[in-house]
Amino acid sequence: MATFKMHLLVCGGTGCRASESENLFHNLRTGIIQKGLENDVQVLTTGCFGFCEKGPIVKVLPDNTFYTMVKPEDAGEIIEEHIIKGRKVQRLLYVNPLTSEKVEDSKHMGFYRKQLRIALRNCGFIDPENIDEYIARDGYAALGTCLTEMTPEQVIELMKKSGLRGRGGGGFPTGLKWEITRASKADQKYVVCNADEGDPGAFMDRSILEGDPHSVIEAMAICGYCIEATKGLVYIRAEYPLAIERLKIAIKQAREYGLLGKDILGTGFDFDIELRYGAGAFVCGEETALIHSMEGFRGEPTVKPPFPSVSGYNGKPTNVNNVETFANVPVIINRGAEWFASIGTEKSKGTKVFALAGKINNVGLIEVPMGITLREVIYEIGGGIKEGKKFKAVQTGGPSGGCLTEKHLDTPIDYDNLIAAGSMMGSGGMIVMDEDDCMVSIAKFYLDFTVEESCGKCAPCRIGNKRLNEILEKICKGEGSMEDIALLRNLSNVVKDTSLCGLGQTSPNPVLSTLDNFYDEYLAHVNERKCPSGQCKALLQYWIEPENCVGCTACARNCPVNAIAGERKGVHIIDQATCIKCGACMEKCKFNAVFIK
Amino acid sequence: MTKIKSLNDLRAIKASVEAKMNLRERSDAPEKLVQVKVAMATCGIASGAKAIMDFMVNELDKRQIPAVVSQTGCMGYCFAEPTIEVTVPGKEPIVFGYVNEKKADQIIEKYIKNGELVEGIIPVNYESIESK
Ligand SMILES: Cc1cc2nc3c(=O)[nH]c(=O)nc-3n(C[C@H](O)[C@H](O)[C@H](O)COP(=O)(O)O)c2cc1C
Ligand code: SF4
Repeated sequence: MATFKMHLLVCGGTGCRASESENLFHNLRTGIIQKGLENDVQVLTTGCFGFCEKGPIVKVLPDNTFYTMVKPEDAGEIIEEHIIKGRKVQRLLYVNPLTSEKVEDSKHMGFYRKQLRIALRNCGFIDPENIDEYIARDGYAALGTCLTEMTPEQVIELMKKSGLRGRGGGGFPTGLKWEITRASKADQKYVVCNADEGDPGAFMDRSILEGDPHSVIEAMAICGYCIEATKGLVYIRAEYPLAIERLKIAIKQAREYGLLGKDILGTGFDFDIELRYGAGAFVCGEETALIHSMEGFRGEPTVKPPFPSVSGYNGKPTNVNNVETFANVPVIINRGAEWFASIGTEKSKGTKVFALAGKINNVGLIEVPMGITLREVIYEIGGGIKEGKKFKAVQTGGPSGGCLTEKHLDTPIDYDNLIAAGSMMGSGGMIVMDEDDCMVSIAKFYLDFTVEESCGKCAPCRIGNKRLNEILEKICKGEGSMEDIALLRNLSNVVKDTSLCGLGQTSPNPVLSTLDNFYDEYLAHVNERKCPSGQCKALLQYWIEPENCVGCTACARNCPVNAIAGERKGVHIIDQATCIKCGACMEKCKFNAVFIK
Repeated sequence: MTKIKSLNDLRAIKASVEAKMNLRERSDAPEKLVQVKVAMATCGIASGAKAIMDFMVNELDKRQIPAVVSQTGCMGYCFAEPTIEVTVPGKEPIVFGYVNEKKADQIIEKYIKNGELVEGIIPVNYESIESK
């Protein structure tokens, strides 16, 4: 029976494979066998190390040596020197770019990792259903410090100094919001946690509540202490059953420990939390609509001011913050404002969680410091575009945001830069698109969503978005004109300027940003009646190349609408008027005779 | 559960659970416990993490390997669910992705029993706040 003393882990991520990691793997394995070490040393491939620009990567266990840019021909030296003689191959070691020193041990090169987990610090680490594990990781210590050693003013001051801004989309400074709510005088105030998370493709908040519910509970209590509220409400969509379950367990455990309820930690401070369920309308994530929904009314926004911090739930001052915003709070108090403010950019501090999705290799939940570039996110964390295709755009901010393109790849990601680039931070959905995506169809996809989700209270949003959607549909069908493109832009601006709430004020952004960045795609649809990425079905035509057609009849037999005519052994022809563009003929033809025009 | 009545009570609880968790985390524990964490957020459960958790609990028990199997939240590697993190005493935690019953069986037989790694390792790609 083999008991391995050493392991060689070769990165098998797409980036490394493109730079010959497979040959390297092969050379290492055969080298080990040649030396008769196959029972002592195991060679195997792993997932992406997220360090693709320095690939291929080889990590040696148990000593944690981290070799970069290893070529297949280096295999012999690694085996000869490192494995047999126990001497690290110096020239392959990673060099710290800051100090120009060689790093012997990957434990000392944490900084190469592009991600930093603050809001997600406990996700994937503790058992979310066990309050003790949260406490062991400094849980409720921040609440304890606030209640016993700090005045509410001091806590607010600390939050302001940290530079934390709301993670729910708008980016409003959290400390300032708490200060305003504190200044509103009333017999009862409320802390509300916005866990509605309605952006298509976003699941940051759900993951925090599922993985670390206590961090949100603790932060809500701290907020309650600051603004003098004794009641907290979590507005969560009913479609998140697991998050609801874990929150319920967490609240129960916190109550049993006396960390929620009356006289918390013997300080005389009372605070408790209840859940309110949303039915999953996107507009109910907007804070005024959310409050009306909690009050039992229709989930429709109302004009601000008055802001919730002055008049919110039941007409009382209400502080609404997002789940991820709250999850940052306890760490900031434990580690200090300066620590938090040292991470990120000048005006955007800390980290942001993104749900990375679309045409990217490593789909998942990532947390990165503000100021990271899109290039780092896509190529180093995300492992690059699927199937080695060409990057086209990233959509951030969901239906309220826009696309970032090639030219934005090196822009540091923060609130202000994203807005300057015509998009926004949003709540953190990040959808990657490649050369096969049609940007007009993407704009239409988001408009489909907003038309569906508009509450219908005000005309510009209710009617304007519908019209925008119709124009986009026309263009996708190849029936659009240049006037339509002009109208699209005009109407978008009107809807933005005149809608009542954030939904309508931002819903034309996907249209405007694709118009700005991919104008030639619109032109191709309108002038040439072509969809450059071949997505708009109405603009495709299937043809049979007479030279290649042998008359096997496979296409005609498989056409569901009998659009193909032709004799056996004779050339076949597709009737364009009948064809529904299902592509069955192309799939069935063994002679490559069917093509798209 | 007894109520925590002061900050000192809280600190006492922290100290006691920390010690307990460290036994589980730090590999030089006398008990030589293997620790398995299963990522059980919606993404993990949707791809079968629950069955894997049950499998690990039952099989480790059946094969008489002293181990603690616990659930945890999303590790972020949604593309490779179900994911589990295995910590063998004396070694660094290792995350395995795309774990099905066959892979789970290999992890027990090969990695936990023999220290032989199996395909599907996912390198940890983030920094934690402790190091920052
Ligand atoms: C249409 C619309 C949808 C929104 N959806 C959400 C949401 O799902 N979650 C959220 O936290 N904030 C959402 N917001 C932002 C909230 O109105 C509010 O600004 C936020 O919850 C404040 O918390 P923060 O300061 O911590 O970001 C939405 C806003 C609009 C206009
Ligand atoms: S902008 Fe749209 S969602 Fe907002 S209030 Fe008007 S109709 Fe409703």
